[in-house]
Amino acid sequence: MEFKFDMEENKDQIQAFKEFLDSKKSTPGPLMPSLQHAQDVFGYLPKEILEIISRKLSIPTAEIYGVATFYSQFSFIPTGKNKISVCLGTACYVKGAQSILEEIETQLGIKSGETTKDEVFSIASARCVGDCSIAPVILVNEDVYAKVKKEEISEILAKYN
Amino acid sequence: MITKEKLFEIKENTKPSLVEKLLEGDRVEFRGEDLVLKGEYYKKQVRIALKNCDIIDPTNIEEYIALDGYFALFKALTELEPGDVVDEITESLLRGRGGAGFPTGRKWNEAYKYQADKKYIICNADEGDPGAFMDRSILEKDPHSVLEGMALGGYAIGSDQGYIYVRAEYPMAVKRLQIAIDQAREYGLLGKNIFGTGFNFDIELRLGSGAFVCGEGTALMESIEGRRGMPRPKIHRTAHKGLWGKPTIINNVETLANVPVIMNRGAKWFRGIGTEESPGTKVFALVGKVENAGLVEVPMGMTLREIVFDIGGGAQDGKEYKAVQTGGPSGGCIPAELIDTPVDFESLGKIWSIMGSGGMVVMDENTCMVDIAKFFLDFSVEESCGKCVPCREGTKRMYEILDRITKGEGVEGDIERLEELSETVSSTSLCGLGQTAPNPVITTIKYYRHEYEAHIKDKSCPAKSCKALIKYEITEGCIGCTRCAKVCPVVAITGKVKEVHHIDQSICIKCGACYDVCPVDAISII
Repeated sequence: MEFKFDMEENKDQIQAFKEFLDSKKSTPGPLMPSLQHAQDVFGYLPKEILEIISRKLSIPTAEIYGVATFYSQFSFIPTGKNKISVCLGTACYVKGAQSILEEIETQLGIKSGETTKDEVFSIASARCVGDCSIAPVILVNEDVYAKVKKEEISEILAKYN
Repeated sequence: MITKEKLFEIKENTKPSLVEKLLEGDRVEFRGEDLVLKGEYYKKQVRIALKNCDIIDPTNIEEYIALDGYFALFKALTELEPGDVVDEITESLLRGRGGAGFPTGRKWNEAYKYQADKKYIICNADEGDPGAFMDRSILEKDPHSVLEGMALGGYAIGSDQGYIYVRAEYPMAVKRLQIAIDQAREYGLLGKNIFGTGFNFDIELRLGSGAFVCGEGTALMESIEGRRGMPRPKIHRTAHKGLWGKPTIINNVETLANVPVIMNRGAKWFRGIGTEESPGTKVFALVGKVENAGLVEVPMGMTLREIVFDIGGGAQDGKEYKAVQTGGPSGGCIPAELIDTPVDFESLGKIWSIMGSGGMVVMDENTCMVDIAKFFLDFSVEESCGKCVPCREGTKRMYEILDRITKGEGVEGDIERLEELSETVSSTSLCGLGQTAPNPVITTIKYYRHEYEAHIKDKSCPAKSCKALIKYEITEGCIGCTRCAKVCPVVAITGKVKEVHHIDQSICIKCGACYDVCPVDAISII
């Protein structure tokens, strides 16, 4: 699926981001904080932004791309307005998290790591989120759903639609 | 600048009202001079690293100071030489709580002795083991104990800059840490000329971005430097050449949280707790199929039985306790017959598991050990950074074999192949991730070989968990309520009202929906 980054619409944010990069230039090891900030501001890492980082920090885009692809938190496609994370940590897994994930995938018609066409939902599987005592757990944005059952999925999704 | 008088003043002003507030809330009681949490769950616990958790307000530095916070730093800066701090920690025999158990004092001593213009101390808060949330609790509920521990470490080794590398999956921990750092700076407990002693120390937060391997020391430093988080070959000691080629000490969150308490109460006091070779306490995240899940901090050397049964209340829902997994993807499964093993670095090592960072996942009769091994291998395959061949390729091949076995496609010789691969991967991988990745396989084969054999030879899963090897059947107990037929997503269940129903095995996808919904437990898994 093609998603296009609108430079014009994001003009102000880009300007602010450039200033952020200028302020980071002198700190040692500025790349990771810059990528994290970009992802926070723009929701993902558009190619255009990586090029800006490259010019400002004098790091080749190939290298930046290499670093960004290494870490699972960085995304090169926009994430949905609502981010669903299904915890697949040990405790959740033994309590049936895999079937919860499959149910969500079926209902939204996308796979884990993808975004729905209308950009309303994206799904990610998460490593342990540290709420093992209330497993299985899913997160929608910052809302935590504890002891989730398959039957509850459609109800949960409806809240965000 | 903060002075001795100011520190005492804050303590005296804050403590009485804090104590009053806590006693009124009825969650806290005095044990000797210490405030501890009330209740059966906490009775057998000894809390050092967690001593302030759920007691103080983590966003208020004055409450931390009220309970002797930053007094250890004050004492060290004004009364002790850096070498004395190193000696005290060495004397205490504090061992790294991140998993490996390396003596903290020895680590510090290496950096202390090494001359350099710049040194760093890093707090490893990249807690990534699935099923573990010890460090998260400390970071969120008592962040100042970590900052103070780092400042003490910084003073001891001669560093003026600390980094906390915290995983991005812990937004609350990041927030609380930032608040704590800002407050400590405001009170002059971080920054320049702390307590007027000329000692400068500051801390910067660095966030991870979802790579488990960054919990490995050298990968963590690569990540801070802005590269792919791939481990370095260990030509140099990190204590000599670490971050940006400078002497660097990396300590785990829980280790650092122990430091101020040891400095306050002395190494001798600390060694009075726990065992001779593993003094002190350890925090565990007791989770999985256990009745009372949660964080427990107990003296080293307590037996697994006491932790799982006396504190944890045993397996959930009256099921039979089967095993406990410690050490996450680097650890092993400990079977029920070894439940009287004391929990310390040496004893766990002897039975092929590891202490690890503190994840303790309880498993019951319905947990398939082959499936668990597969789960951890899947994790290792996913998180392997790909730099060295044994880990990148070896874990993948092991996963494929395990996957085959759980699907009923295992063949004669698979167990031996797994053993051989385990040996190769663990002895030739570059970093700890690869070296320990086979542990879940090694221990499950060692203690549950019969389960592997059942999967391979009899094509059956003794725990009745592997989908491909089980089938659901409706027994005579069926009352014909039709609920199973209604809930079946593929319409595999037929039958008349008030008559025994039947599952068509050729259609059934083994989702278990009928099993969950049956009101009279008439559906059995065979």
